[in-house]
Amino acid sequence: MGLLSKKDAKLITDPLADNNPITIQVLGICSALAITAELKASIVMGISVMAVLGIGNVVISLMRNIIPSKIRIIVQLVVAAALVIVVDQILKAFSYELSKTLSVFVGLIITNCIIMGRFEAFALGNGPWRSFLDGIGNAAGYAIILVIVGFFRELLGSGTLLGFRVLGDPIEKTGLYALGYENNGFMLLSPMALIVVGVIIWVQRYKNRALIED
Amino acid sequence: MGLKSSLHNLKEKYKGTKMAPAFNAIHTFLYTPNDTTHGGTHIKAADDLKRTMNTVIMALIPCLIFGMFNAGYQHHYALGEIGKASGFFDPVFWSWNNLTIGLWKVLPLVVVSYGVGLAIEFLFAVIKKHEVEEGYLVTGMLVPLIVPIDTPLWMLAVAVAFGVVIGKEVFGGTGMNILNPALTIRAFLFFAYPTWMSGDKVWVHGAVERSNEIAGGANLDAISGETILGSLAQGHQSAYSLSEMFFGMIPGSVGETSTVLILLGGLFLIFTKIGSWRIMLSSVIGALVMGLIFNSVVSSGWITESSKFYTLMSTEFWHHLLLGGFAFGIVFMATDPVTASQTNKGKWIYGFFVGFISIMIRVFNPAYPEGVMLAILLMNVFAPTIDHFVVQGNIKKRKKRLKVKAA
Repeated sequence: MGLLSKKDAKLITDPLADNNPITIQVLGICSALAITAELKASIVMGISVMAVLGIGNVVISLMRNIIPSKIRIIVQLVVAAALVIVVDQILKAFSYELSKTLSVFVGLIITNCIIMGRFEAFALGNGPWRSFLDGIGNAAGYAIILVIVGFFRELLGSGTLLGFRVLGDPIEKTGLYALGYENNGFMLLSPMALIVVGVIIWVQRYKNRALIED
Repeated sequence: MGLKSSLHNLKEKYKGTKMAPAFNAIHTFLYTPNDTTHGGTHIKAADDLKRTMNTVIMALIPCLIFGMFNAGYQHHYALGEIGKASGFFDPVFWSWNNLTIGLWKVLPLVVVSYGVGLAIEFLFAVIKKHEVEEGYLVTGMLVPLIVPIDTPLWMLAVAVAFGVVIGKEVFGGTGMNILNPALTIRAFLFFAYPTWMSGDKVWVHGAVERSNEIAGGANLDAISGETILGSLAQGHQSAYSLSEMFFGMIPGSVGETSTVLILLGGLFLIFTKIGSWRIMLSSVIGALVMGLIFNSVVSSGWITESSKFYTLMSTEFWHHLLLGGFAFGIVFMATDPVTASQTNKGKWIYGFFVGFISIMIRVFNPAYPEGVMLAILLMNVFAPTIDHFVVQGNIKKRKKRLKVKAA
C-alpha cells in the first residue's frame, strides 16, 4: 500500500473482521439491536459513530500528554459528548425524519462502549494520525455489522431496502407477494436483531476457527 | 435378505464416509443393531431415547386423528353443511367427509414439519460428524398439532428451520436446548406472522379464503371461527357448551382441542413413566389457584363489568383447564424432560408457575389469548435456576444435619 504503511493499514482492516468491535469484543450491542430495523438508519448510525470516533480519537490523542490521568475518563466523556451533540444537531438540521427514527440512540453514542474503549485503549497512547485510523477502522467495523443486520432485517421484515420495495408491493400483491410470501414481523423486533448478530458471530467463527474462545 | 440386514450392509458399506451418520440413523431407527458394544460396563434397558420418543408419539396419535376429524367438522359446520354434533360419538363428527378434509390439510403439515426438521438434523449430524439425534421425532409431531389448520406450508418450513437451528442446534443439539423446540417454532410463527396465528379467521379451514372472496365482492356469509378464548377476550360469552370443550368439537389449533384425548395421552405418559405427573399436577394446581384469585377478585367486586378483563376473570376457575391449549401444553410440552426442571421439588415449583402464569397471561393480555406457550417458554428459562436452588437447599440441609450429628 502506497498511502499507508502496513502497520497503519492493519489499524483499519483489523477491526473490520478479526477484531470486530461487535462480533469479537461484543461492544456496542445495544444500539446494534435498537436501530437496525431499517438499513438507512443503520448506515447513518454507522457514519455518525465514525465521525465521533474519528475526530474524538484525534482530539484525545492531541491532548494525551496534558490530560491528568485522574480525570481522563471525564475528559473523554466531555469530548465524546461535545461531538455527539454536534452530530445530533447536524442530523436534526438536515434530515429531521431520520433523526426522529434514531431518536435517543444518537445521544447514547456517548455511552457506546466502543467510543470510550478506543479513547482509553488507543488514543491515550498513540499519535493523532494512528489514532485517527484506529477510530475510523473501529467505527467501520461497527458500521459494517450494523449494515449487515439492517440489510436482513429490512429486507425480510419490511420487504424493502432503503425504502424501495424490492420484493414487490404487499398490498397490491405484486412480485413475491403474489406467490403468497409475507413479511416476517419478528424481524422488526429487537430479539431478532440479537439472533441475527448471533448468526453473524457464528458464521465468522465457523470460517475462522482461531477466533473461537474457550 | 431382510430389511434389517440390508440396512446393516448399507451401514457397513458407508462406514467412515461423510454420510455415515445418516445411514446409521436409518439403521437404528426402528431396529436394534446386531453388533453389540464390547468392553466397559453398559446398562441394558429397553427404554432408550428412541423408545421414549416413540411412546410420546403414540400418546399424540389420538389427538392427531381427532384433529383431522375436527378440522373437517369445523369446516363443514361453519359452511352450514352439517349440524352440530350432539356428543362425542355422534356420526356427524366421525364422518368420512370430515376425515378427507382433515387428511388433506393436516398431513401436509406433518410431512413438512418432519421433512424440514429431519433434513436439518441430518445435515448437522453430517457436519458435526456425530450420530443423528432423535430429538426431532416428538417435536415434529407436536408442531403440526399446535398450529392453525390453514398455516401456509412455507411459513411452517421457515419456522421449523428457525426453531431447530436457533432453538436447538446452536446450543449443541438434542438434550442441550434451553427452550422447548416445538414452542420455539410456534412462538416464531406467532411473532413473525401474527395474522396467520391469531384472530378469528385462521382456526377453521376455509375462513381466510371465504373472507377474501367476500372482500372481492362475493355474496357469501363470512365464516366466524373465533376460538373460545378469543371471544372471551373480546368480552363475548362463549357459544360452546362444557361438554363440547371437554370433548374438543371447538375451533382451535389442529390437535389441542380435545381435553379428553389429551387426558388419555397424559395418563398413558404417566403410566409409562415418560411424562412427569408432578409437573402436570402442579400445573393444574397453579392454574386453579390463579383462576380462584381472579374469581375472588370478581366476587369481591373489585372490578365491574365495564372492565375489559371482566369476562375472562369471571370465567369459572376450572373452565380454564378446558380452554385453549392449556391441557395440551402442560401434558406434552411442559413435561419435556430436557427443558423442564430435573429435581422433584423443582418440578413442583416449575409446574406451579407454568399454570399460574398461563392463566395470568391469558387474562391480562388479550393480544396473547394463549398464555400457555409463553408461560412454558418463560419457565423453561428459569428451570435451571430453580434446580440450582433446590440442589443448594438440599446441600445446606444435609450439612446442617451433619453438624447436628457431629455435635
